[in-house]
Amino acid sequence: MRHLSIVRPGMLTTIQDRGRWGRQASGVPVAGPMDVYSHRLANRLVGNDDDAAALEITIIGPELEAEDDMVCAIAGAEFAVAVDGVPAPLSRPFTLASGARLRFGERLAGARASLAVAGGIAVEPVFGSRATSVISHMGPLGGRPLVAGDRLPIGSTTPGGLPAGTPLPLPRGGATVRVILGPHDHWFTPEAVRTLLETRFVVTPQSNRMGYRLEGAPLSHSAGSDILSDATPIGSLQVPGSGQAILLMADRQTTGGYPKIATVVTADLPIAGQLAPGDWIAFMACTPADALEALHAQEARLAGTR
Amino acid sequence: MEDPRIVPAGDAALLVEFPARIDPATSARVIALAEAVRARSGAKVRDLVVGYCSLTVYFDPLTLDAGWLASELRALTANVPASLSADGALIDVPVCYGGEFGPDLGEVAARAACSEEEVVALHSGRTYRVYVVGFVPGFPYMAALDPRLAVPRRATPRTKVPAGSVAIAAGQTGIYPMETPGGWHLLGRTPLRPYDAARREPFLFRPGDRVRFQPIDRAQFEKVAGAQ
Repeated sequence: MRHLSIVRPGMLTTIQDRGRWGRQASGVPVAGPMDVYSHRLANRLVGNDDDAAALEITIIGPELEAEDDMVCAIAGAEFAVAVDGVPAPLSRPFTLASGARLRFGERLAGARASLAVAGGIAVEPVFGSRATSVISHMGPLGGRPLVAGDRLPIGSTTPGGLPAGTPLPLPRGGATVRVILGPHDHWFTPEAVRTLLETRFVVTPQSNRMGYRLEGAPLSHSAGSDILSDATPIGSLQVPGSGQAILLMADRQTTGGYPKIATVVTADLPIAGQLAPGDWIAFMACTPADALEALHAQEARLAGTR
Repeated sequence: MEDPRIVPAGDAALLVEFPARIDPATSARVIALAEAVRARSGAKVRDLVVGYCSLTVYFDPLTLDAGWLASELRALTANVPASLSADGALIDVPVCYGGEFGPDLGEVAARAACSEEEVVALHSGRTYRVYVVGFVPGFPYMAALDPRLAVPRRATPRTKVPAGSVAIAAGQTGIYPMETPGGWHLLGRTPLRPYDAARREPFLFRPGDRVRFQPIDRAQFEKVAGAQ
């Protein structure tokens, strides 16, 4: 089997597929990519299925060495990337020859890049998924981020593959994302809902794959801040007693006990996943019909049919 | 029983929410609804989460119409029995209380104005229902705690709670399946593993199970732990 080895792991590099769905009722977190669009695009560029395992690279990228020939593609955050000192393309497949070193340099935009290898990262699945959940120590390598010296097995390539479209625009300093209000917006004052939709919030340094702690005007509860624990969808904005919202992201726990004022729509989760600490985020209400239309448009873009 | 509200939780999940209370009848209805959804539409939905008084159904909005799913859930809700037929297994959980395993036993006793022995007797003296399994893989949220053991979450959560810790907070009791940060008060430790990837059934607890705690001493703890 071919291998890709880790020379330097970068800040936080993890193996992700589209997530460990189907066992949340036993408390198993979904995990998966922060920017699922870029994950799928990178996979498509090398002829993989959307669900193949790829690397998610965070803020400070790694240095990797190919032990065998392989085809790679990088999508998502814009890094200065080089293969043995020669600039490598983004959002396009390229060959990494046996012995070549792929090095991520300066980050120019976005926060997270997906690196897919043709054949996929062929680690053993756990409950049917190769996603890494750092909080619950679940997934390949015992659910930990990559460290120097790790050797990742690469699967064999298969003919076929899905059409690959164009990347999404990256946020430059911040982004406005669409939300569907609720499911607990009635736990908040009307002023809190207005504040949510009319002011900007900042992604604080206390943010990670589990969620972004946001800083902004406080969102006041009208009926207390403790609900009986229920599900915590990706993109939900849960608000503890402090009034400072937490945007729940890929590595969220399965359940939580704070009311959720609104939930970011699926089509805008990839751009949210590209925000870094210090960036701003704003929220715009939309209907489920708007959300579905946006998602169909995004699927067409991923497939290159628009 | 009152009808639940069925509302979007974003564009890829629907929340079926019954009136907010911790009671076995509501829990049984949620569990029965979850089983009905699994049996009838299991292949169409992505995931289900059983809450104290809610069921969340995750779906792919590209392949499933939310309006259709909402009407399906409404119909299933009207037909599931509100009986306690969804009760699960009765599970005995041995616990070595106090000492290094239960560093908060003394504080809980002081708050309850009773002895540590009485706290142990109160905690192990009733059968609990597992309402939710969540937080991390296999963590059971159980109730109802004796009102005399009502303590809030710790003001400052511990950064590391050892695996197997049996803890209480906010009227509930739970067991930490793995070492994680945690804000509940630790009364003791069980040698059982709520989550064990190598076991044929990796998860010891399911919503609807009933649990009894049995005090054991350190020697018995080591014996059971060694046998696993």
